[in-house]
Amino acid sequence: MLQEPTTESQRHGGKLGLEPLCLCVSVVALASCLLLPAASFAQAQPQAAKSSCVECHSSFPAPTGVTEEQWAADIHAQKGLTCVNCHGGDPKDASPEGAMSRKAGFRGKPKRTEIPALCAKCHSDGAYMRQYNPSLRTDQLAQYQTSVHGKRLAKSDTKVAVCIDCHSVHGIRPAKDPRSTVNPLNVANTCARCHSDAAYMKDYKIKTDQFAGYSASVHHDAMVVRGDLSAPTCTTCHGNHGAAPPGVASVEAICSTCHVFQAQLFDISPHKAAFQAMGTGSCITCHSNHRVIHPTDKLIGTGNESICTNCHASGDPGFKAAGKIHDDLTALDEALKRSDEVLDKAERSGMEVSQARLEESQGHDSLIKARVAIHSFQPDKVEQDTQAGMKIAEKTYKAGLKALAERDYRRKGLGLSLITIVAVLIGLWMYIRQLESPNQSGGS
Amino acid sequence: MASPPEYAAEASQYRNRVVRWLDERFGWEQLLAPLRHKTVPVHKLSYWYFLGGMTLFLFMIQVLTGILLLLYYRPSANEAFESVQYIMTQVQFGWLVRSIHSWSANLMIFTAFAHMFSVLFLRAYTKPRELTWVTGMVLLFLALGFGFSGYLLPWNTLAFFATKVGTEITGQVPVIGKPLLIFLRGGEEVTGATLTRFFGFHVALLPGITTMLIALHVLLIQRLGMSVPPGLEAAWKELPPNKRETPFFPNFFAHELMAWYVALGVLGALAALYPWDLGSKADPFAVAPAGIKPEWYFMFMFQTLKLIPAKVGPIDGELLGILGFGLVGLIWVLLPFLGGDRHSRRQVFIRGLGVFALAYIFSMTIYGYMAAPK
Repeated sequence: MLQEPTTESQRHGGKLGLEPLCLCVSVVALASCLLLPAASFAQAQPQAAKSSCVECHSSFPAPTGVTEEQWAADIHAQKGLTCVNCHGGDPKDASPEGAMSRKAGFRGKPKRTEIPALCAKCHSDGAYMRQYNPSLRTDQLAQYQTSVHGKRLAKSDTKVAVCIDCHSVHGIRPAKDPRSTVNPLNVANTCARCHSDAAYMKDYKIKTDQFAGYSASVHHDAMVVRGDLSAPTCTTCHGNHGAAPPGVASVEAICSTCHVFQAQLFDISPHKAAFQAMGTGSCITCHSNHRVIHPTDKLIGTGNESICTNCHASGDPGFKAAGKIHDDLTALDEALKRSDEVLDKAERSGMEVSQARLEESQGHDSLIKARVAIHSFQPDKVEQDTQAGMKIAEKTYKAGLKALAERDYRRKGLGLSLITIVAVLIGLWMYIRQLESPNQSGGS
Repeated sequence: MASPPEYAAEASQYRNRVVRWLDERFGWEQLLAPLRHKTVPVHKLSYWYFLGGMTLFLFMIQVLTGILLLLYYRPSANEAFESVQYIMTQVQFGWLVRSIHSWSANLMIFTAFAHMFSVLFLRAYTKPRELTWVTGMVLLFLALGFGFSGYLLPWNTLAFFATKVGTEITGQVPVIGKPLLIFLRGGEEVTGATLTRFFGFHVALLPGITTMLIALHVLLIQRLGMSVPPGLEAAWKELPPNKRETPFFPNFFAHELMAWYVALGVLGALAALYPWDLGSKADPFAVAPAGIKPEWYFMFMFQTLKLIPAKVGPIDGELLGILGFGLVGLIWVLLPFLGGDRHSRRQVFIRGLGVFALAYIFSMTIYGYMAAPK
């Protein structure tokens, strides 16, 4: 059990044994500011001052070994906590027997089943946590208890994840730190350590291909390739401390937290009721769950790569609608590409086409809107946007052609001007020759 | 029906009547007399004489195209870029006028530099032509001023940041640097106030001063005649029959006219094949693009300032560079007074200095363009 603070002062400061240390630290910090350029480093690890725990354990191999550097990088060490806060004992006592005596409150290594409660001792205490980070949530334990992990742990399944499995131990970094195991960039890898291990997951009878699927997804691309930390990772859909499968009924609600317009359009679409009746879920029926591949216009329509043909057969209204939507999208896409090409060509010739470029970007916006409108599965709605885009693409294409015609006109004008200039030069040359001929020369 | 000779006689009669009319009112014949008698020496280096006239021609192109641009240009931060964009895309032949204005500006600075060095190497700046040299040097500085002030006027990203860097360098000048920077920018930062100010310099102040100085420069040339290289001058003095001259009008002028037509053809080709780029509108809150560089004629100074260490002894490196260029500029203006007459032995040293300056400008400019952006 965690060493209980005896008084309020101990709980909030004395708990850490900070009073004498604070004084020492202040003196050290002041000296550091004056003498050492690395004063901030010295201030960041006041509690890394020699304790018998670190002195011994830094020389041990894993899992009992904790180096001074490893501990110094831990957010808890930086906030002034010590080994005692989790493990009890007396770090001032140089002898192992004294430092790790029951008398000194030594608890040793906490059991896995005890870990959530141990962490929650502080992390569920709003008043205590406020002094370090007022915006940090304090409902992690409550959330955890609703998760599949928490429920199974309550049934003494110690294989499930507890706090330290995701956050690590003795080197815990804040989630915003890119080196943290729970930083958005690393969350999928952290989850995959267990969920991709077929042997470890064998007893649970669930798939282990989630990470492989996610790695091939558009979400992974956004997160890892583009570095967009707002892109979804495992915890975005499953929750973090309250991690659980969302269930078929909740999928649309989860996707719609980001894809708002698509969800609104889907709600009024004929597929809403159809998918519910089929019990296949909404978004994932077409897009899958973990392997959400980059959507292309080929996914809709009647071609080989189309998803629509999974349910719709030739001749039915859905099949026709899918074909129409695909044709409209493809036509706009091609019209914009044609316009792009001609404007590129004009630009390379030095023509000023920035106005047409600006208008063309609105055409691209129309294409994006049309691709969103697909989720209504109503060809008329999609056509409204594609038609708007087609008009723009046609206009900008003509602007590009006009620029190229202007370029040709300029070149012809240049040719004629140069011919005129050459004619004048020949005339002048003949005039000069006449002036400088011996009969006419006025030179001396 | 009148025969061709009869037409010619009739035309000549009308011309004489017009000339007489003008002569009666302000002495036209007397005004033209110096031109009729003016002669230009003829020798193998006579072609260098064209550079001054070529610079004047390009200046006239600048004035003409500049006036046309003024019909549409709007000198404010909100409208400048759009108005130039309008000139380039909507105004009939606007693209041609703007492109010729920009290309001609660059060619003018190039011919002005070439003219200056030709005068230096032919020792044409020595007594009695000291004032011609001084006015010419001031005109060269004014041309650079035209370039610097005109570069900002389209209010595009490159121009904005180049002006920022350029005025910052001005701010390094001791004592007057800070007030000069405030004066140029119209405040602490490059803003719309700077644009309005630069527009004023570019279309009123600089053209006014330049026109007066060109008049003085040409008048001095007219009064003193064309210089002849020292060796040739001595030879002609020894054997006067060998001296060869040609009337300025129409003989030399016809040659000059040919050169102007060639320049016109080059300008037209450059404008039609490589219209001057407009870039993107300046955004004062954007980050400066990487590897920002000044116009080519400032590159040798810019590159030198980049190469000087931050501190040279107790003196700030950039300040040292600016003081150095200021001193060299002053010495260059005063060369006729420091070099003695054209036969002085100091002329050999000055010639060497000229070769060094030319090599330095050339190599530093190349280096500046090849250096990786920082």
